[in-house]
Amino acid sequence: MQIKSGLYGGALYIKLIGEMDEYSAQSVREKCDKLIEDNLSVKKIIINLSEVAFMDSTGIGFLIGRYKKAARASIPLYVEAPNMAADKILNLSGIYTLIPKAE
Amino acid sequence: MTKNYLKLQFYSLARNQGFARDAVAAFCLELNPTLSDLSDVKTAVSEAVTNCTVHAYKDGVGLITLECEIEENSLHIKVSDTGGGIPDVEKAIQPFFTTLPDDERSGMGFTIMQTFMDEFRVNSVQGEGTVVYMVKCFKPEVENA
Repeated sequence: MQIKSGLYGGALYIKLIGEMDEYSAQSVREKCDKLIEDNLSVKKIIINLSEVAFMDSTGIGFLIGRYKKAARASIPLYVEAPNMAADKILNLSGIYTLIPKAE
Repeated sequence: MTKNYLKLQFYSLARNQGFARDAVAAFCLELNPTLSDLSDVKTAVSEAVTNCTVHAYKDGVGLITLECEIEENSLHIKVSDTGGGIPDVEKAIQPFFTTLPDDERSGMGFTIMQTFMDEFRVNSVQGEGTVVYMVKCFKPEVENA
């Protein structure tokens, strides 16, 4: 799984690209946490899922982990553009109450 | 349609998770699944196989046996391990139940298997292993008008 990131208008955008499972999650966790730590002054963090071709429940754990990390710095976290399959899992887990979809 | 059968055995290495779900997806293509059904099957298989890696063989590497059978419009999937077993299956299948909260585990694996598949059963014997059995029923092919 690859990551692209950028800062736009005071927000940190993190785009995940590829398949999110227990195998790929470890390195993505580390990369995302580094990005968050390096950008603690942002107003919000948006994780874009539009190019996540596959995601299982590892994605739920991953997002909650990043949510906790961002929350410690009082930064709100959003997800953006999950595909139909990712949306189904995220809905089932009720995660959108913690991490809303970006408008 | 005649029956079709697939049996795969592989080490419980995390890097085999993608291979396992893609193999099952490719196997069931003859049933003309919708993208949504295919994605449900891949996710459920990924959850079952991941459980073997993370829980059944948590102290090492063991063999995972993945069997699939196509019968009429249904795909039957059996994922077996000979690992540690589940002490309390009723508890394990509850949403958000996890024995590893510190590892960012969501505890949603069994819930996803149950929700995404049409049938779901778990048999587990401590010290002997676990068998997860799942069925997905695909809608019979419809002619495009």
